[in-house]
Amino acid sequence: MVIDSQKMKSLAEATSREDVAGRSLWADARRRFFRNKAAMFGLVLLVFVSLFALLGNSIAQWSNEEIDFSVMGMVAEQGGPSLSNGHYFGTDDLGRDLFARTVQGTQISLAVGIIGSAIAVVVGTIYGATAGYFGGRLDNFMMRAVDILLAIPYMFVLILLLVMYGRSITMLFVGVGLISWLEMSRIVRGQTLTLKGREYIEAARAIGVPAPVIIRRHILPNLIGVVTVFATLLVPNMILTESFISFLGLGVQEPMTSLGALISEGAGTIAYGTLWQLAFPLLFFVLTLFGFFFVGDGLRDALDPKDR
Amino acid sequence: MSRPLIEARDVRVTFDIHRPSDLPWTPPAQLHAVNGVSFTLEPGQTLGIVGESGCGKSTLARALIRMLPASGQVIWQDGTDLLTLSPRQMLKYRSEIQMIFQDPLASLNPRMTVGDIIAEPLRTHRPGMSAKERKDKVRAVMERVGLLPNQINRYPHEFSGGQCQRIGIARALVVEPKLLICDEPVSALDVSIQAQVIGLLEELRRDLGLTIIFIAHDLSVVKHLSDEVMVLYLGRMMEKASSDELFAEPRHPYTQALLSAVPIPDPKIEKTKQVIPLDGDLPSPMAPPKGCVFRTRCPKAQAICETVPADHLTGSHHTACHFAGETVSA
Repeated sequence: MVIDSQKMKSLAEATSREDVAGRSLWADARRRFFRNKAAMFGLVLLVFVSLFALLGNSIAQWSNEEIDFSVMGMVAEQGGPSLSNGHYFGTDDLGRDLFARTVQGTQISLAVGIIGSAIAVVVGTIYGATAGYFGGRLDNFMMRAVDILLAIPYMFVLILLLVMYGRSITMLFVGVGLISWLEMSRIVRGQTLTLKGREYIEAARAIGVPAPVIIRRHILPNLIGVVTVFATLLVPNMILTESFISFLGLGVQEPMTSLGALISEGAGTIAYGTLWQLAFPLLFFVLTLFGFFFVGDGLRDALDPKDR
Repeated sequence: MSRPLIEARDVRVTFDIHRPSDLPWTPPAQLHAVNGVSFTLEPGQTLGIVGESGCGKSTLARALIRMLPASGQVIWQDGTDLLTLSPRQMLKYRSEIQMIFQDPLASLNPRMTVGDIIAEPLRTHRPGMSAKERKDKVRAVMERVGLLPNQINRYPHEFSGGQCQRIGIARALVVEPKLLICDEPVSALDVSIQAQVIGLLEELRRDLGLTIIFIAHDLSVVKHLSDEVMVLYLGRMMEKASSDELFAEPRHPYTQALLSAVPIPDPKIEKTKQVIPLDGDLPSPMAPPKGCVFRTRCPKAQAICETVPADHLTGSHHTACHFAGETVSA
């Protein structure tokens, strides 16, 4: 007999060994993501911007509301970025510290983006998955409602909301949350329709698993890929929307500020030789957007390698 | 004699087809995917269902477990008609009837570990079971179907097709069902793996006393496993007989044609073998031929076939043909 005793032994060992840890699709995706240079660059940008937003205030020498009377009136000559007087990013038109204001603007912008996106993920996913899974008349009714809401120009609604209920940060969150989940629910519904036809869903139905459990156990985990990608790409869109609203002068109110409001102010004074007032908020704005877009692209490539 | 485990009486599955050109009030066209199928299955027996693609094999299987709306009666051993039960009442019977699917990998959720997949029926039907008991049970059943129990935390994509089908079988067996419906369980596997999986099914049937409904389009596989064989064509039963009888002496011209097309792994016999050709394509199930549905492709079709449907439900060897048993001279 030509039985390789070595191999027989290793086979015997294999059968008695401890549980083998499986490599899930998530682990695979994580590996692909961390190998992606652009995505890692984006992630570094995001970490940097988040740290700036979270810890910036402890570095700042001035608060965002204080006015530095020594530079007031002579902002163009003395308000520029300087380490000696503590205005790292210079001051704004009134002599307020631009560093502290950029920190606050970044906080608000990130918050709007992330909260808007989070609302989209929660509401959009549940709504879309329900419509897609149950199908038929319910699906028709739910998706036509979405169509109707999408048909209303959202910028118009947002502006109306802010005008009617006063300009407040809460209203801004409400407005952004109202519009952000619509696209998401459509995407999720479409994805659910394709998942519904898969044999493992059929297998679960044959076993007798109740519908809510099927949605939770089988549909949602398989949706997460699409949802994360879309959510990451939605964050910069939300930031852009908020910035646009703030740029129009309808967004957050003084003394609060956002990147859009700062850019708007900076753009207004560009003719008077105070370029830093535009440059610093714009830099953080662009870094944030780049970061989210790169990470979103990286996630898409990592979670769905066939799609490249 | 004990009652049959499951008895189907005149099962029909009809789909409403809305054509795009239809106005909202036009009555939908009807597609009879399964038309008047009956059978009885004794405990421990295996029923093979064969037929070409689109003849309603899988539809019949799904109708039996209430995945599709069907009319007729499906009587379980205890006398209940499964087709009249509410979804909640049906739940009790779902653990008694389990199913194995055609595409082994597609029938397993890629995001779940093998252990979770196999445990899913337990979580649904034995909610009182502790996690520990469940895991032990899963390990035992994995070993039973020839998987290494230490692979419990792996994911489906880390297994081969044959192993995936074993996982599917383990999932079906973990709740100790009485009836196993196999929907073409081996047609997605290559031949050597087919043999292994069929061997496993045979072994399980013997050891656990399973009753099996085995759907396939491969006649040799069916012959090997089945006690009784049913041939479907356009949703209708063409012939139903014990396996030995059907393969030794097919009576329906469709069965004869099917059997003559089975390749024989011996070039000498294969060359001299007479194949009965079937002309034309499968007619549209939307507009099946009048009279005998098979007449458009039947080498023996006569005038009577065009008007009188062939429904001869007699004896143990049931044949839906006016000229049953006559040899073909084509």
